[in-house]
Amino acid sequence: MTIPSAVVVPDERASVRRGLRARRGSRKRPPAATSRTAGYFFVAFYVVLLLALGVAPAIYAIALALSAPGGIGFAHFINTFNFFEFAPAFEHVLEFEGIWLISQTIFVVALALMVHTLERRVSTTFRFIFYLPGAMAGAASAIIWLFMFTPSGSPWAFILHAFHYQVLSNTVAPGNLFIIFAIMAFFTGAGGWIVIMYGALNNIPRELIEAAEIDGSNVFQTAFRIKLPLIRKWIVYMLVLSFAAGSQLFVEPQILAVATNGEVPAQWSPNQLAYYLAFQLDRFNDAAAVSVDLLVVGLIVAVILVWRGKLFEVD
Amino acid sequence: MLARRYVFRLIALAVLLVFAAFFFVPIMWLILAPTKTDYQLVHDSPFAFGSLSTFAHTFNRVINYQGQLMLIWLKNSAIYSIGGTALALLAAIPAGYGLALTRFIGRRTLLAITLVVMIMPATALVLPLFLEASAVHLLGTVWAVILPFAFFPFGVYLAYIYFSSTIPKDLLAAARIDGASEWGVFRHVALPLARPIVALIAFFAFVADWNNYYLPFVMTYTNSQYPVTIGLQILIGSAPIFSPTASGYAASEIYRPDLAMATLIAIMPVLIIFLFAQRTLVQGMLAGATKE
Repeated sequence: MTIPSAVVVPDERASVRRGLRARRGSRKRPPAATSRTAGYFFVAFYVVLLLALGVAPAIYAIALALSAPGGIGFAHFINTFNFFEFAPAFEHVLEFEGIWLISQTIFVVALALMVHTLERRVSTTFRFIFYLPGAMAGAASAIIWLFMFTPSGSPWAFILHAFHYQVLSNTVAPGNLFIIFAIMAFFTGAGGWIVIMYGALNNIPRELIEAAEIDGSNVFQTAFRIKLPLIRKWIVYMLVLSFAAGSQLFVEPQILAVATNGEVPAQWSPNQLAYYLAFQLDRFNDAAAVSVDLLVVGLIVAVILVWRGKLFEVD
Repeated sequence: MLARRYVFRLIALAVLLVFAAFFFVPIMWLILAPTKTDYQLVHDSPFAFGSLSTFAHTFNRVINYQGQLMLIWLKNSAIYSIGGTALALLAAIPAGYGLALTRFIGRRTLLAITLVVMIMPATALVLPLFLEASAVHLLGTVWAVILPFAFFPFGVYLAYIYFSSTIPKDLLAAARIDGASEWGVFRHVALPLARPIVALIAFFAFVADWNNYYLPFVMTYTNSQYPVTIGLQILIGSAPIFSPTASGYAASEIYRPDLAMATLIAIMPVLIIFLFAQRTLVQGMLAGATKE
């Protein structure tokens, strides 16, 4: 779940200045001096990879999912829909997404705003500490948190004991799992987003904030009325991207399933369910159907973001 | 007014310190855990330091576990990550250049598709990729992992942004007037200027590949093929403390400090890159992005 890396902060300051001056920027066009064949040559290898490893597998999965005894049909989608672990898996992920997205949004924005008020050197240290766990995304963070959630020997034992948890299986009780995965996701992902939000905040022109302060705006008013609206689109971007990535949850519940010897079910998330259908039950077409469900979720989110979000200016 | 500002700053600092603890305590614990015996790990303070000799002992246990499996896993991770990153760069750098600085039919469509697949989580394609790899008999080869890693649309997007914002177009035009071929312009003018973006894409690709779990989990099925992320899962499976029924490994049981040590070894390459590259990376992440 390493999403934040997929972000680049645009120069907010430049666009604000342009807005202040009410000047219409003219789009620069790449020179037409180059020949078309050169363009095809440069993108050729990438296009081959895109077709072979992006488009082809997606089409293949759709074909498998839609294949039915008499031709094309939705039998495999209906099959999986009626599978007793299908609805719970999607519910689990929705619960996880709910708690994770809300807490991540609040904490990331609040921490970025706070870090932004610090002196540069101090803020660098904090940003680095927040960002560092990004290095252990996936299996490593799942293992580290297994230890953190084991009441005996955990640095957080005092919190776990406050909830009367004595052993790991108390902590990873079914009702707690969505919170546990949210903590793991926050641990590895939040830092990258804080760095990005900080970058976006840094791009707000100083004079804008100073003007507000001269007008008597206090810290909170400046934060809520000036800074937040200017980084709003990055918050939306974080939400949407995290939602898409969160729906694909796999490694954390998988590691927990192994570590607890099945106490945490190995079909907790939809991706795990797809894996289970494919490799434990040999129902590849049904597995493809679940993959297509997940693919569609990701695709819808991506298309909305690209076409409606105006975040990525495709010249 | 000043007093209120002071109070606010104190509160902000306190909150930041609490979160810094949240992010840093697990890392500190991970570094200290292998210095202790299994008994000490449970009974001593979580932040107590055991001994260096225990640390060395644990290190040797982990490395020598089942005929140095750890080294095989690490080697596999390196092959997959370096191979995937190299191919990703080979594809992304020219593609970003082509998209930014040349014109051809379908350019905008290709850009839009790139953005869509970049945002879509890669995990969504893992099972479909498995089915495809199985159809073309790539399963069990390194290519089943390396090729999907090579497809890195985020890198293409980064290269596109970089080339379209930082390379002066007059420079390229001048080279063309001097008689350089299209390839020559790319090779001798654009590429030498692209060093920062090559490093940035290499960083993102390598970290993502090294930490990837689901793809190799599906594509590989023997110890000689597993990367270290899968290796960690195998170690957990044979740690009696987490899997009470884990048996058959009686001779080479994995204890908690071993597990912590294995995790530490597994993240070390990425951690080192993070530690040394952080300044350049954060700057690059922001600087390369300014697009006028």
